[in-house]
Amino acid sequence: MRDLVNRFGGVNALPVILMIIALPLVGSFPTWVTLTVAGLAMGMMIFLMASGLSLVFGLMDVLNFGHSAFISFGAFIAATVLAALAAWVSADSFVLNLAAIFSAIAAAALFGLLAGWFFEQVIIKPVYRDHLRQILITMGALIVAEQLILMIWGGNPVAVPRPQILSGSLIIGDVSIEIYRIFAFLLGLAVYIALYVTLKRTRIGLLIRAGVENREMVEALGFKVDRLFVAVFMTGSALAAMGGAMWAGYQGLISPALGGEIMILVFIVVIIGGLGSIEGSLLGALLVGLLGNYVAFIFPKLSLASNMVLMMAILLWRPWGLRPAVKP
Amino acid sequence: MTDTSATSHRAAKRFNTGRIAVYAIVAAIGLALMFAPFLFPDVRSQQVAARICIFIALVASYDLLIGYTGIVSFAHTMFFGLGAYGTAIALKQMGPGWDAVFLGGSAGVAAAIILAIAIGLLSLRVKAIFFAMVTLAAASVMMVLASQLSDFTGGEDGLVYSAPKLFSPATKLMTGDDGKVLAVFDVRMNGKIAAYYFVFLSSLALFFAMLRIVASPLGTVLEAIRENELRAEAIGYRVVAYRTAIFVIAAVIAALAGILWATWLKYTGPDTTLSFAIMIDILLMVVIGGMGTMHGAVIGVTVMSLAQFYLKDLMEAGAIATADIPVLPHLLEPDRWLLWLGVLFILLVYFFPAGIAGTLMKKAGE
Amino acid sequence: MSGAILRLDDVHTDIAQYHILHGVSLDIPEGGVHVLLGRNGAGKTTTLRTIMGLWRARKGAIVFRHHDISALHASDIARLGIAYVPENMGIFGGLTVEENLRLASATGRFDKDRLDRIFDLFPAIEQFWDKAAWALSGGQKQMLAISRAIIEPRQLILIDEPTKGLAPAIIGNMIATFREIGRETTILLVEQNFLFAKSLGRGVSVVDDGRIVHNGAMADLAADEKLQGELLSLSMELQ
Repeated sequence: MRDLVNRFGGVNALPVILMIIALPLVGSFPTWVTLTVAGLAMGMMIFLMASGLSLVFGLMDVLNFGHSAFISFGAFIAATVLAALAAWVSADSFVLNLAAIFSAIAAAALFGLLAGWFFEQVIIKPVYRDHLRQILITMGALIVAEQLILMIWGGNPVAVPRPQILSGSLIIGDVSIEIYRIFAFLLGLAVYIALYVTLKRTRIGLLIRAGVENREMVEALGFKVDRLFVAVFMTGSALAAMGGAMWAGYQGLISPALGGEIMILVFIVVIIGGLGSIEGSLLGALLVGLLGNYVAFIFPKLSLASNMVLMMAILLWRPWGLRPAVKP
Repeated sequence: MTDTSATSHRAAKRFNTGRIAVYAIVAAIGLALMFAPFLFPDVRSQQVAARICIFIALVASYDLLIGYTGIVSFAHTMFFGLGAYGTAIALKQMGPGWDAVFLGGSAGVAAAIILAIAIGLLSLRVKAIFFAMVTLAAASVMMVLASQLSDFTGGEDGLVYSAPKLFSPATKLMTGDDGKVLAVFDVRMNGKIAAYYFVFLSSLALFFAMLRIVASPLGTVLEAIRENELRAEAIGYRVVAYRTAIFVIAAVIAALAGILWATWLKYTGPDTTLSFAIMIDILLMVVIGGMGTMHGAVIGVTVMSLAQFYLKDLMEAGAIATADIPVLPHLLEPDRWLLWLGVLFILLVYFFPAGIAGTLMKKAGE
Repeated sequence: MSGAILRLDDVHTDIAQYHILHGVSLDIPEGGVHVLLGRNGAGKTTTLRTIMGLWRARKGAIVFRHHDISALHASDIARLGIAYVPENMGIFGGLTVEENLRLASATGRFDKDRLDRIFDLFPAIEQFWDKAAWALSGGQKQMLAISRAIIEPRQLILIDEPTKGLAPAIIGNMIATFREIGRETTILLVEQNFLFAKSLGRGVSVVDDGRIVHNGAMADLAADEKLQGELLSLSMELQ
């Protein structure tokens, strides 16, 4: 039985199995395609937000409850940039449209890098290796960050303009697919591949993977993990801000509560994926995205609860998550 | 007398003053709460006093987890909410009466116990941080359920209902010769007074129960687990069982506090019980007061509640006073008070992780 | 003493609230294997970890080739040419055998001669070259851990109980290996297995209760059964 499961990709096959089970329950094929694409796109965006958190935790045992602040800031910065570039956004030019969305994402990512550096140095560094105070302090930082967002952008929802070429849907026969979802999926996939290659093929990646397993031994081999950690933290924050920016474009209307709402999904993803591994984060994110969308269609009221049930079930089955970086 | 014995004598004396200061503050708060209806008869003050009573029980039960056991849970409002919603739904469906409070409250407590056991056994065996995430996720789901199952819970609007007749303002506890409500020290002895003392005495009982728990052998074991989990396990304590036990106890007390809150407010909604803002309040209160001491909870709740109710007024005055200066009025806007609290919280965790009570006691102990 | 590559002078180390080393003073002469013996909990591992900078000495000096390294970060100590093989071997299970070794080489590239020598010493390393390290057996993991220590030229290698949990046949092979490594570098070896230690060590120090209670030549200790009885008594494995 185990061999059979492994031959079909082991736990990696779970999203596919979920898709197959969902088809008869959804009933209509075009609807199923729409839901699946939405789920995959949402999963990829959540992956962006979750991967950094997972690596940061794996490497230094630091869980940043303030992570959602980067998501929110990323979303609002992207909205502001897109609003400022209104001419490009609405222009009838492929190049200008893309320039607008990528400027917005780049601005969010840049903010993530800088804020991540500041956050690591000022908030996290003094409480390395002290879980209780880490949770409390990052929570405090989250409160402050949310208040800053309220102060800067106000409490009302902010509209996010969507570039011309990313609006509308692709229609193939009965099936209609929102273009922005394809864009979100492809961008997430590109980031995943970049992360994967960095981790598997470069020396930095080798150090990160080794550090996630046994930080002390990496130091005893002559490397400073603390320095590596700052880089990973900055990258993780930038990815979260990118995810937030993508999410803003996806939603079209954002409110300051956005970070906190998504963060629940991000935590669920990190828990079911297994801490410290980006493969696990991707797997968890796709599962959460798909399940959320299918259930929202079949039993509209149980969407979030379904992810909770998924988390509980996976924790019962594998307490360390589906693909933890370190085999317990 | 030699120099050294003189210093140690002084140290011992200072040791006492620190402790005495904490006890004195707690006693003063206790007395103020006991006579609150007479000392501060206006409606708003009574509201503050009742909230302080209930939150002392709630925050102290949270301290059983975070301070005494080193477990970080974000599901405490969930248990608080279960107690409150159980009572509220029963009062709404069955009408005002003690049977409704009892039945609904019991249902809420039972649900809290079941959920606490499930979460505890499932995730207390893994890392503390994992547990924090799981409880956060559970609490959020509960929040969504409460707003979505609006047929029972009233959704975002919550439920408005009547409390048992005894607590109605029209109830006459004591009547004078003329048949009207008797006033003692200008305070009318009506149902409002009964409701307040119901809240006060119940909270007091819960607080004393918790004092007993932390002084019991269970408390000692929990502290051993907090200090060194592996060692405690090696000695033969079943860490997961003990942790789950205290998690369940804390959940039950939170649910009981929820019953009091629902009975007092005669309104139950997401914002008064389940919301994340309340969870943050609890966290702030426990840290400001001092983790790992029951007295800290009393001090933290009182300081925070007073600040919440009265600091906003102060900030508003500040914002108006500084209206001409560019950024300052923005920062002093009453809505921004949480910003300052957040900053204060971070500084506290850095510099005074022991909170008010802990710092006072330690300072004196040095 | 001019011949010492490493000198510990009155080193005190605390772990949390526990005072573990109560003033360890030790001279490790250059070249060969120096054995650190002692009961469980005597402070052997703590001594190694303190030298490596993984735990901080509260007091005292650790002098490596005339430099005091007691305040250096573990990574800087490693860069001075000190390698550490911990008791649990510190293998990165999620990495391949190759990646484990690549990480241990300062440049990320391999010196062909050294690699060939490792393959000669431990054929299993070549055999499992691109397999994940968690799949190795206990003995193979130990070989990988030692390979990691000798993939670069080192001044000093700290090894914590390499024989623990290994089959006697493997231990026999290991004696030859350690002899060979000891010809070109200095090894500070923590051991409980006296037979193994006896056949390797040139010098020996015995730790008890966080202090050095004996220093001398291994040959003298091996010849003097009475002294052995006194120093090593009950807890050592005198098979």
